[in-house]
Amino acid sequence: MAQQSETRSLVSFAQLQRGRGKVIYWTLLTVVVILFTLVFIGPLYWMITGALKSSPELAQTPPTLWPADPQPENYSDAWNRLDLAKLLFNTFYYAVGALVFQLVLDTAAAYALSKLRPKLGNLILGMMLATLMIPAMVLIIPQYVTVIDLPILHISLIDSPFSIWLPAVANAFNIFLLKRFFDSIPEDLMSAARMDGAGSMRTLWSIVLPISRPILGVVSIFAVTAVWKDFLWPKLVMPSPETRTISVGIYAFSGGTPQNVVVAAAVIAAIPTIVFFLIFQRSIMSGLTAGGLKE
Amino acid sequence: MAIATVPGAGIDVGSQAPAPVDPRRARRNRRLKDNLTGYAFLIGAVICFAFFSWYPMIRGVVMSFQRTRAGETTWVGWDNYERIINDPSFWTAWQNTLYFTVLALVLGYAVPFFLAVLLNEFRHAKGYLRILIYLPVMLPPASALFLFKYLAYDPSDAGLFNSILKGLGLPTSQWMQSTDMTMPAMVIASTWMNMGGAVLIYLAALQNIPGELYEAAELDGAGLWRRITNVTIPQTRLILSLMAMLQVVATMQLFIEPLILANGAGSEDSATSVVYLIYQHGFFQNDLNGAAALGVIMLVALIGFSAVYARLNAKQD
Repeated sequence: MAQQSETRSLVSFAQLQRGRGKVIYWTLLTVVVILFTLVFIGPLYWMITGALKSSPELAQTPPTLWPADPQPENYSDAWNRLDLAKLLFNTFYYAVGALVFQLVLDTAAAYALSKLRPKLGNLILGMMLATLMIPAMVLIIPQYVTVIDLPILHISLIDSPFSIWLPAVANAFNIFLLKRFFDSIPEDLMSAARMDGAGSMRTLWSIVLPISRPILGVVSIFAVTAVWKDFLWPKLVMPSPETRTISVGIYAFSGGTPQNVVVAAAVIAAIPTIVFFLIFQRSIMSGLTAGGLKE
Repeated sequence: MAIATVPGAGIDVGSQAPAPVDPRRARRNRRLKDNLTGYAFLIGAVICFAFFSWYPMIRGVVMSFQRTRAGETTWVGWDNYERIINDPSFWTAWQNTLYFTVLALVLGYAVPFFLAVLLNEFRHAKGYLRILIYLPVMLPPASALFLFKYLAYDPSDAGLFNSILKGLGLPTSQWMQSTDMTMPAMVIASTWMNMGGAVLIYLAALQNIPGELYEAAELDGAGLWRRITNVTIPQTRLILSLMAMLQVVATMQLFIEPLILANGAGSEDSATSVVYLIYQHGFFQNDLNGAAALGVIMLVALIGFSAVYARLNAKQD
């Protein structure tokens, strides 16, 4: 996805470098940069400073651009009253666990489907891909009922992290991404390893995984953000205050808590994802386009 | 794991001396072994799919025809469906959801494409703009929605949107407290939160258009608009139609926006969505079977939509 520019786009580069084109280009660019900053950073600024305002100041017209009397205690208040440390830890724990389970089980499955090709492999792949057609929300009730009383085993996964980790593995999109990437690994490399006496496990570990680092990064990012952003599922399967995720916790507390404290909590909840994004933005961008839906 | 038990495997590659057994049987054994290894690698994921995807699919349909009372499950035919459809909120929820989907298509579909076309022309600040537009996508939806609820959609003049409107000399709005504005306000919030992903996918598609096509069009005297309609759009048609489909399916699942922005149903049911109704039936009215039936109705509607859509799309080719 690198800057393969200089192949021209809608308007030729030359046209943008001369006379009127140049003026229009720079005006438009400036307008867009300012507008984007206002539209996408503006609300975040409003949220961070809003949480610093006192309740009367929050309700004051016209609103103040900068809190007249900043109240950092709103943040500490939110931190303590909502037990945000606990909520953040829970969410982090679920996200990391989902990541580990997906990396291990989905990679193994994709490897089997792509390279080992057991007899019914294509049927299984087809059945997995079929689940992509079914929107998650449609299945929420039967999934919930299943998690309460797992068939055959008759155990309940309510309030157990497995109720987030295991369903996360059933992710056809990630398996599809991984399989497609593994398909592109030349067969020669695989048979060479086999001739050297490497078993399937060893081939996966020392040949396939090192080559696949970029796609593993993409899948990891998807796995972590999916858990961090999910709401209804964790709300249903993690009902206890001790096991809640941060989003659910904020929602649960929003009822009887002053607005500025809720907003402060929302800011704190957003910090990890924003930091994560800024660190990994390069991989996220390329992941979206590579993992995206190109033919 | 290690099958390196063949002596001298690494050295004498050509003649991996088969054991002095019937070669057909050896091959069959080997095939069996390969298959077993394959299944061993698959088993974890397959179990997860079985428990959390495949089984619930069937279970959902079965549940929708049953009724569980005091631990006793009986077959009740279409009763659950009848009850669900006769619920006065049923049609309101569908109306609201479809209205949201249409509004979200107008706003959430055209705007990202337009932005992607625009961004693709810039040679500067590209990275910065891309990061900005994707930033909201990374926020936990609950965070973003409380921002909208408490700060942007504040019905008094202290709210962000109302003070902007007032500053521009425009009439202010009651936002979530006005039944007319509920849906548009939810679409604005949802578009702000989600548009980044679509923009980046369009950008990738735009970058794959060969420059010569534009060159040729320009030589033929095609102006800016003609180049967009005759080169850009046809070249990205596949992704455009796929995204339209994905977006309809995604917006039909509207849930967290009504829950947080409108405290669920909104004033006079103006925010009730189909998924919110599922949630209501399942967890407040203790009617999991009715909720399952509603899920099946939604599934059938979406499958029907997909089939019609695929058909129309195929005809165009």
